[in-house]
Amino acid sequence: MSLSIHLSINGTERDVALDDPRVTLLDLLRERLAMPGTKKGCDRGQCGACTVLVDGRRINSCLTLAATLDGAQVTTIEGLAQGGDLHPVQAAFVEHDGFQCGYCTPGQIMSAVGLIAEGSAGDDPERIREGMSGNLCRCAAYHGITQAVQDATRRMNAAAREDAA
Amino acid sequence: MKMFDFAQPATLDEAIGAWEPGAAWLGGGTNLVDLMKTGAVQPAKLIDISRLPGLAGIDELDDGATRIGALVRNADLAGDPAFAGRYPMVAEALLSGASGQLRNAATVAGNLMQYPRDAYFPGPEPDPMADASSLSVLGAGGEPVTVHPSDFCVPLVALDAVVEILGPDGPREIALADLYQPGEPRTTLIPGELVTALRLPAAAAEFRANCRYLKVRDRTSFAFAMASAAASLRMDGPHIAEARLSLGAVAPKPWRVAEAEALLKGQAPGADLFARAADAAMAGAQPVGGNGWKIELARRTAARALAMAAAGTPADMPALPASPFGNQTGDLAHV
Repeated sequence: MSLSIHLSINGTERDVALDDPRVTLLDLLRERLAMPGTKKGCDRGQCGACTVLVDGRRINSCLTLAATLDGAQVTTIEGLAQGGDLHPVQAAFVEHDGFQCGYCTPGQIMSAVGLIAEGSAGDDPERIREGMSGNLCRCAAYHGITQAVQDATRRMNAAAREDAA
Repeated sequence: MKMFDFAQPATLDEAIGAWEPGAAWLGGGTNLVDLMKTGAVQPAKLIDISRLPGLAGIDELDDGATRIGALVRNADLAGDPAFAGRYPMVAEALLSGASGQLRNAATVAGNLMQYPRDAYFPGPEPDPMADASSLSVLGAGGEPVTVHPSDFCVPLVALDAVVEILGPDGPREIALADLYQPGEPRTTLIPGELVTALRLPAAAAEFRANCRYLKVRDRTSFAFAMASAAASLRMDGPHIAEARLSLGAVAPKPWRVAEAEALLKGQAPGADLFARAADAAMAGAQPVGGNGWKIELARRTAARALAMAAAGTPADMPALPASPFGNQTGDLAHV
């Protein structure tokens, strides 16, 4: 069978011919589009390493069949930095040591970007921990992750206020 | 994952027409795709309904009821200010389930139709003894039957939610409590039928000032309940005019306890009353596979949920929904 889908991935329009309906968004990105930044951890929706944004919302790409995404806008870790400038969440993770081995980091960062856009956690560490609970870190860098999300939230909110003024 | 045919109907009627024996509906995929990966579920055909038009609305009806389309995502329902204001206990239950990513994808109908938690399916074959914490202590006659895993359905069943269904023979509706049955298949849906909406009657909003969903789990977040309770009280001055109580993670279906509700009616709230109601709720419970602790845990969870409901629905959702510690802030809140 042949399924053709059209996606916008990090702002680039792509036509993708799928020969198999079983292909997840995660496997499409990593295996067929040479975008290995999104990581495969559990492949069961439990660890969050595969988190990407679809139409601006964070989801587990391992549980999303690519064939269901015709017309969607996908943002991955490769699409966050603008030229040489890191996204504020990326910069905050570096600054606060929000990782050790780094394997879960792309998923953590994409989840944090999604959480900040949801706007429900603010800079309350308790709400950030709850909001980030879908992302596991086996190095247990949770303290730095929480601080990074808190700091990035404050910076992005301040920048948004400046833009509005 | 086993190969399947893939259909993407453009309309609801086309979707119903596309069904054939062995087919499965694909909504958010958070439960189904997961189980297809282990081989526990092997549909011959997947019918992608995730983008069908007209199934993603949250509408207040003329009679005061609220209709929730089958494809409304859990996060969107919990985050809808009007819905959360009318049914705060339902929003609290939704936010206590799964993770932010999963709530963004998982649908209302998918939650109703979800399969038992995955410990039951370590591989393609079910192994109910793999995790005694997921075995029912009520409603299963002491047999090893896995619990219904939903948080969302626990307050829904207490609030008399109605399920709207469409099938080859047209539409029908049933009480959510009647959607589930013992054994296989676990629901009373006829093959080829599709859940199209969920409806909460107007009376369900009358509990909004005193209702809580309390979930107890073995870690603070992103875990299935070991026991949960949805408690709602409609107060008339110092007395309980009407009470609703249902329990989660104790039975093969969301478990409403009419005996406890009758016991609470007309009484003044208090610790003794809530303890007696909780005792009534768990009367007849039977341990399976060494999970007797679940009976005592559920009893205490029910009593505490009633006390939390009597104290009043908080104005703001706690940082940790469904947690008695949720109103604290700072590092100690995770104890």
